[in-house]
Amino acid sequence: MIRFDQVHKRYANGREALAGVSFKIEDGELAFLTGHSGAGKSSILKLIALIERPTRGQVFVNNQNTAAIKPRGIPQFRRSLGVVFQDHKLLHDRPVADNVALPLIIAGVPKREIDKRVRAALDQVGLLGKERNRPLELSTGEQQRVGIARAVVAKPTLLIADEPTGNLDPDLALEIMKLFKRFNEVGVTVVIATHDVHLIEQFGARRIVLGEGRVADPGRPAGALAS
Amino acid sequence: MNIQAYFARHAQTLLGSLGRIVNQPFATLMTMGVVAVALALPLLLSLFLSNMSAATGNWNNAFDLSVYMNKKASAARVATVAKQLRQRGDVATVRVITADQALAEFRDDSGFGKALDALTDNPLPDTLIVTPTLSASTPQGTDTLKQAIAAIADVQAVQLDTEWVKRLHAMLDILRRVVLLTAGLLGAGVVLIVGNTIRLDILNRRTEIEVMKLVGASDGFTRRPFLYSGVWYGLGGGLMALIMVALAAVILAKPVDTLAKLYGSQFRLRGLGFTTAVGVLALAVGLAWLGSWLAATRHIRGIEPT
Repeated sequence: MIRFDQVHKRYANGREALAGVSFKIEDGELAFLTGHSGAGKSSILKLIALIERPTRGQVFVNNQNTAAIKPRGIPQFRRSLGVVFQDHKLLHDRPVADNVALPLIIAGVPKREIDKRVRAALDQVGLLGKERNRPLELSTGEQQRVGIARAVVAKPTLLIADEPTGNLDPDLALEIMKLFKRFNEVGVTVVIATHDVHLIEQFGARRIVLGEGRVADPGRPAGALAS
Repeated sequence: MNIQAYFARHAQTLLGSLGRIVNQPFATLMTMGVVAVALALPLLLSLFLSNMSAATGNWNNAFDLSVYMNKKASAARVATVAKQLRQRGDVATVRVITADQALAEFRDDSGFGKALDALTDNPLPDTLIVTPTLSASTPQGTDTLKQAIAAIADVQAVQLDTEWVKRLHAMLDILRRVVLLTAGLLGAGVVLIVGNTIRLDILNRRTEIEVMKLVGASDGFTRRPFLYSGVWYGLGGGLMALIMVALAAVILAKPVDTLAKLYGSQFRLRGLGFTTAVGVLALAVGLAWLGSWLAATRHIRGIEPT
């Protein structure tokens, strides 16, 4: 469960990205955050991943008030969620398998277990057989799928993605979105920030529309603002 | 995490960081070289010191008293005095060198053989070499002994050459402190050099650190490979320093040998012992680890994903 409660975010440069945002996303939901660039989509994801902290208001993730998470607790918190970035954020000096294994290595999973789970994750994104390739030997779409495999390999209950299809042509973008949908179908809460309204219309999932740092339309599952 | 996985992970990180620094051989050798020079300098100084101490021999001998007997004293009288001295509690041994023995020794050693034949009379007195006990081998103890011996009849003179020992002692003391100061400064240098190298390494790998933190790596986990790099720098630098010192010892061995022979001494240059060498390596690793810890802790904390 994710809940934003009157969240304001003002950056050091004075820009006010969020001006009183409230919404709620239930466990197992698939939700798209849309809006023009600068509407606050990325800020919301950064607040969820504790990359940023709210200036005012409260952010709850997995029933936990993030304000109570101290810097020392952030690594542990981040291991409970998977994050996908528009620019993939892969490490180019090591093969695909090592990139995907990173969250497991960090969590201290035994080697044999890691190999098994990395293969399973790569299988889920359709990249089995590319384990030993370097990320730059893959296409952009494939690189994005490596990023997704890395985000899901530790079996998080929450998956967030920031413009995951931003650099992809429509066919590839649809493939990636379908991938997210599949993870959602097995129970993972998925939150995707995207400006590609046309693409998400095909999914019929919930859309939270942002505008000028506020929620312009909280989307279908009403009651999100109830609290 | 189970213990086995824990050690396997550490071993993996250790080898990983070795691979990384081996991939940049020139930069790595530069850093190790600087570490080596910083370690070798105080090592050479202290080696010089310990050899000086060894070369000047057993300090107890330096406190020997030379007792010159009156020329008129008979051999029996000399033996009596020697016996009397042996009974003292502060005397360890007494060696009698008769005037004839002294002349013979002088003839052999000085090279004046022929000239000495011209002497009708032996100008040398009978001599007693008195070695104080260990507990009496202090400036005060030997002074008391000297006065007591001087008071004995038929003793012409008592000579105690402790001044040069005191001076040498004082000089070695200063040198020892110079070595300590140098070692301290250069040790700090090692910490700073390795720290700076690690700092640059961290800045170069900023993106990687950000990604690691994004997927949940703690500062400790992110820091670990950098600490191991530091350990390798220390180990490599320490080994290079030992090689430098060994080379210096080889280069100096021959001239030192020659000098020792000129002094008729059995002295041989001493190298570093095994224990010292291991100690040097441990110290090098410790200092390098400290440097990398300081740099990594500070700079990794400063890198946060944006």
